[in-house]
Amino acid sequence: MAAIDQSKIRNFCIVAHIDHGKSTLADRIIEKTGLLTSREMQAQVLDNMELERERGITIKAQTVRIVYNAKDGNEYILNLIDTPGHVDFNYEVSRSLAACDGAILVVDAAQGIEAQTLANVYLALDHDLDVFPVINKIDLPSAEPERVKNEIEDVIGIEAQDAPLISAKNGIGIEEVLEAVVEKIPAPGGSPDNPLQALIFDSVYDSYKGVIVFCRIMEGRVKKGTAIKMMATGATAEVVEVGYFGAGQFIPCDELSAGMVGYLTASIKNVKDTAVGDTVTDVARPCAEPLPGYKKVNSMVYCGMYPADGAKYPDLRDALEKLKLNDASLNYEPETSIALGFGFRCGFLGLLHLEIIQERLEREYNLDLVTTAPGVIYRVHKTDGEMIELTNPSNLPDPSQIAYMEEPVVSAEIMVTTEFIGPIMQLCQERRGRYISTEYIEATRALLKYDLPLNEIIYDFFDALKSRSRGYASFDYELKGYEESRLVKLDILINHDEVDALSFIVHADSAYERGRKMCEKLKEEIPRHLFEIPIQAAVGGKIIARETVKAMRKDVLAKCYGGDITRKKKLLEKQKEGKKRMRQVGNVEIPQSAFMSVLKLDDN
Amino acid sequence: MRDLSIYIHVPFCVRKCLYCDFLSFPVSGEDGQGIRNYVNLLKQEIKSSAADYRNHRAVSVFWGGGTPSLLSGEAAWDVMETVRAHFHMVEDAEITMEMNPGTVDEGKLRMYREAGVNRISIGLQSADDEELRRIGRIHDYAAFLKTYESARRAGLSNINIDLMAALPGQSVASYRKSLACVAALVPEHISAYSLILEEGTPLYERQGQYLFPTEEEDRLMYALTKEYLASCGYRRYEISNYAKEGRECRHNKVYWQRGDYAGFGLGASSMVGNVRWSNPAGMAGYEVYVEGLARLGTDGPAAGPDRHVLTVEEQMEEYMFLGLRMMRGVGRQEFARQFGRRMEEVYGGVLDKLCRQGLLVAGEDYVRLTDRGIDVSNCVLAEFLL
Repeated sequence: MAAIDQSKIRNFCIVAHIDHGKSTLADRIIEKTGLLTSREMQAQVLDNMELERERGITIKAQTVRIVYNAKDGNEYILNLIDTPGHVDFNYEVSRSLAACDGAILVVDAAQGIEAQTLANVYLALDHDLDVFPVINKIDLPSAEPERVKNEIEDVIGIEAQDAPLISAKNGIGIEEVLEAVVEKIPAPGGSPDNPLQALIFDSVYDSYKGVIVFCRIMEGRVKKGTAIKMMATGATAEVVEVGYFGAGQFIPCDELSAGMVGYLTASIKNVKDTAVGDTVTDVARPCAEPLPGYKKVNSMVYCGMYPADGAKYPDLRDALEKLKLNDASLNYEPETSIALGFGFRCGFLGLLHLEIIQERLEREYNLDLVTTAPGVIYRVHKTDGEMIELTNPSNLPDPSQIAYMEEPVVSAEIMVTTEFIGPIMQLCQERRGRYISTEYIEATRALLKYDLPLNEIIYDFFDALKSRSRGYASFDYELKGYEESRLVKLDILINHDEVDALSFIVHADSAYERGRKMCEKLKEEIPRHLFEIPIQAAVGGKIIARETVKAMRKDVLAKCYGGDITRKKKLLEKQKEGKKRMRQVGNVEIPQSAFMSVLKLDDN
Repeated sequence: MRDLSIYIHVPFCVRKCLYCDFLSFPVSGEDGQGIRNYVNLLKQEIKSSAADYRNHRAVSVFWGGGTPSLLSGEAAWDVMETVRAHFHMVEDAEITMEMNPGTVDEGKLRMYREAGVNRISIGLQSADDEELRRIGRIHDYAAFLKTYESARRAGLSNINIDLMAALPGQSVASYRKSLACVAALVPEHISAYSLILEEGTPLYERQGQYLFPTEEEDRLMYALTKEYLASCGYRRYEISNYAKEGRECRHNKVYWQRGDYAGFGLGASSMVGNVRWSNPAGMAGYEVYVEGLARLGTDGPAAGPDRHVLTVEEQMEEYMFLGLRMMRGVGRQEFARQFGRRMEEVYGGVLDKLCRQGLLVAGEDYVRLTDRGIDVSNCVLAEFLL
């Protein structure tokens, strides 16, 4: 293969608010450049996980190399790095951006700028990327490209008058976008003769090749046989293969050099050794400094995951191990619950990440799971000066040993049309939000800023936001830090036995309300037994709410003769089968669904 | 020779009751042809199946429905003759026929007697005409009395009366009145069932329109039945069945004690030597089945649709959950004799638990349900499934 002219390379990404058409545009670009015909192409090539396509979101960064013959008569190599589109994956987004030299900003011609548009575009500008806008969905009847252009200029402050007007869905204006990429995005810098310095922006595990590291070569070169070192993790390895990205496949090549985007394999067994954001260098001729910006990603949200069938515990463990191979941000450790038996306390980047892992475990590994209420990491400062990070409510020390507790707080930005400012402010108030500011983007739209406790937004905040704004509000947040808070552990007692899997940490002021709702919900879920079952909510041993499941009075078949036996037996079998799927706590049988239903307490 | 009980199904009714989910359908009075065809099919089925029962002797026959008393005396006689011609019948076989008030007169009843019927079961359900109307019965209390008296005059000396509790609009007081009316007639046997709302029945669909007794009231009625009938000399021997000394229904006890029974007619179930099957439930399918039997015998391709050979586990399960319906309970020695394992070996943990919960009483030989155990017997019986 002929040496690639560095000036003919363009490394770029697409940033957008969710649903503004980022993945569709990526597909059209790939199609346009002849990599795949439209027939060969499954919709949204880059979102290759089944789940990603279903949810219309990108979970993992995806990358593809495209050869484009521009109008100037030259052949260009375009590396499109598709970034995850959700706040849970902000760090991955930032690393993907760091691998690029420019970004296409996709804005919906009808909806204009949204909360994530701003968050993502600022992120891109922070990485010194050259950003140019395109206005998508111009064929919609409600499209207002002129208004949106002005909005982009007013709000973001980037030139938008000559932004390509496109419809990714219908393939309108794609050529223009590609020309703009060539024209407006700078060629990568760096020199192949400098010591190797490559940024890891993603990695996947392959059972034959080991970890496949996705990287952008900033300086120097790498090829088969190069001894490499991951500067943050310290791991070393010898490169087995380098290559670039076809659509959905890895294409080996001889060498990757400065300015190129590609992959390398080096028989690495664990994605932990190839942390996103780390710098790869040459052992024999290391670079002076790692690239800036590496940080270890920490889990923000925790929950317990248990197999519905206790015998499937080893299967769950194996499945988590396999997922972890590909997802360094997933954490888990074994735990035991009196109610649910053996399971794992799992840590996630956010609730979406949690849901995705849960769904993948259920679908790809065919597991039936019982999940406990997701919680955040609390900091418990004990009277003896020790500080513990609490991920499982059951491990909360005795109140007498607690000096004070802290909870994580996020800075949230909510973009909303002015008519819904009232309801949204009320929602934030209910969720213990601290008002920061209101900025008017234009006459009818405003950006609300609030500080919100993370544990108030992990359950259903997004749903509540959508329902109270008829779907118009958009939302983005980042972790701000920890703040002291009056937190208590709410315990649920069923027939006087505490059910550990139902305990959770809650602000003291909401304890009563939450406790009451939990009891009501559980009363609906727990079937009648032969005896009366009190359901109680307690804080620090004090009962704050109670419901009662009445004892069963009658469950008898009046008739059972020769012709009835088979049918009646099926009835008994069903009864017994139902019991089997329940969890025994003391002498009460609790259906699996009870553990999940309490997650959904918001009535709105 | 092994004992065999014979069940004969007659799927015809004057009109279907609103709570009924049995295999039956209304037939008009003039539809003699349909009934005649059916009787011929019955006779053919009995004749063609008989070879399989050469080593059995028939100890009981039970005509169930539907309303078997829609059959003429001649038709009943005709079928019974077929049974007698092809089966070894014991001298004192119990031959029961179910009937509804208003479908028979004294003459017909005498003919049934001549056909061999020596026990009848009359569906009264309630002595309150309003209650009868609400559940769609075809008769009132007066019609029942007439039928009952005709039966006595016809010389029938073994009579069961069916009653129902927990009917829509029924109160404990009105139920007590029904009980008293029935007991005053001194029938030999009384069956008292708590209404089960079966999905798909009209009563189920329109349950919202009625006020049903609460579970508490239902259990009050149940306790009252036992207490009141005991004071009148009836002993409860099964969850819903009460009899004077020596008048328990021999046929029905066969189901609970897992004896062999052969069912003839539309949808009828059989269990012989731990093989269970049932006949086709559609008339066309049944016809094909009977023709197949006539041509090829019981080994033919149509024989025993849904035939199922019970495993030893299934036999043990049924031994327990059917046997426990009877007040006598289930015998440990009998269990060991039938299965070669001790009951405690198989069910030790369950028996202990249920005894501790006060739902079972374990005696020297018999294990039986307590009154509370009866109230929630499904929970108890489900425990015996392996």
